[in-house]
Amino acid sequence: MDIKVFIEKFAEAIEVENVEALTAETEFHELEEWSSLSVMLIIAFFDEEFDKQIGETAINECKTIEDLYKLATT
Amino acid sequence: MAILHFKGIGITAMGGAVPSHIIDNYNYQTDFFGKENVKEVVDKIGVYQRRFADENTCSSDLCYAAAEKMLNDNNIDRNDIDLLVFLSQTPDYRMPATSIILQNRLGIPKSCMAFDISLGCSGFCYALSIVYGMMQNHAFRKALILDGETRSKVYSEKDRREAYIFGDAGIAALVERDEKFGDSYFSLNSDGSRSELIMIPAGGYRHMSSPETLKEKVVDEYGNIRSDEQAFMRAGDVFQFVIIEVPKDIKRTLKAAEMTADQMDYIVFHQANNFINSFIAKKMKLDTNKIPETIGKYGNTSSVSVPLTIVSELKDKMKGEKMILMTAFGVGMAWATAIVPFVDCKISEIVEVENGELVRQ
Repeated sequence: MDIKVFIEKFAEAIEVENVEALTAETEFHELEEWSSLSVMLIIAFFDEEFDKQIGETAINECKTIEDLYKLATT
Repeated sequence: MAILHFKGIGITAMGGAVPSHIIDNYNYQTDFFGKENVKEVVDKIGVYQRRFADENTCSSDLCYAAAEKMLNDNNIDRNDIDLLVFLSQTPDYRMPATSIILQNRLGIPKSCMAFDISLGCSGFCYALSIVYGMMQNHAFRKALILDGETRSKVYSEKDRREAYIFGDAGIAALVERDEKFGDSYFSLNSDGSRSELIMIPAGGYRHMSSPETLKEKVVDEYGNIRSDEQAFMRAGDVFQFVIIEVPKDIKRTLKAAEMTADQMDYIVFHQANNFINSFIAKKMKLDTNKIPETIGKYGNTSSVSVPLTIVSELKDKMKGEKMILMTAFGVGMAWATAIVPFVDCKISEIVEVENGELVRQ
């Protein structure tokens, strides 16, 4: 999965409507849509798309969408 | 541990009790969190209503009401009850054990063995396996499991992460030996390295109660407030743990029983929240028609949620033999799966409790 597709799927997972506004450098914790519930959605997204079981700490250590992408793909 | 296996022991009757006070989640604490935020949380977790015990109602009162109803409905001679187990993390006192108070209150003879089990969400499978194990000894004629929780008293109403999930309830289950019961299987697990995922940090003996532990504090970037004597939950890490461990444990137990999920009549999940349960069902491709739920109307009642779901949703569906798979997970962390046959289990109507007394049948 390339980063472009990842961004689209990320937006879908946490229900961001304006996908065009997102880039690899977007700091996702700052997004209006981001809340404590989003953590659960991201964990589900990683499990379904990458068969990777990540925790809250790993997500909180990520700053940008690209950091999340690296977590998912390496 | 290997899977525990029993034969010829089963649950013959069950009863349930809830507080009469209903919390409507869409309108709970809306002044504090804002109506829109509340709606978002409620829709995501799928908890629309819960029951809250008043200050005069304890877990034991809910269990007492459930047990009275069940024992009376089935004309059970209380002199035959030789074992009473009370399962809860919200007991009446730090001492003595609540089970012993309930022995007297229910009019059960002094020759009865009574003790408490302190476990959370996974607890019913644990209590059942302990009682099944003891019932292999013919000295015990009938056993009573009383499982009650008042989690509404444990969590902060100013912490959005936990304020909308938990509710209160109690159940009673009668366990007997009878050849009509076939094989049952239990898988029971613990992971203390994750003990800090769900916890009440203070008020025990590690950090004893003090004015400091009762102080409310802002605990995160979202402005959530609680004291050290109120529980917290690292929901994301709990979810990670659940998706790693629970499907594996269900598969392991089914394999030991040489059965498949399709052969189960019902699959009863711990009612954690709708998000987690739907996710596991989807991941494991389980038939959702076989998965009863009470999360919407009773919320997460910790260890009570599995038996409460059976009492509430399967009451008129228990004629003949029914294979039920139960799976539960939570604080500890502890998790368990059980495959248990029910044969003509008699289930009483859920009763309501107010000020510690039964008000409605």
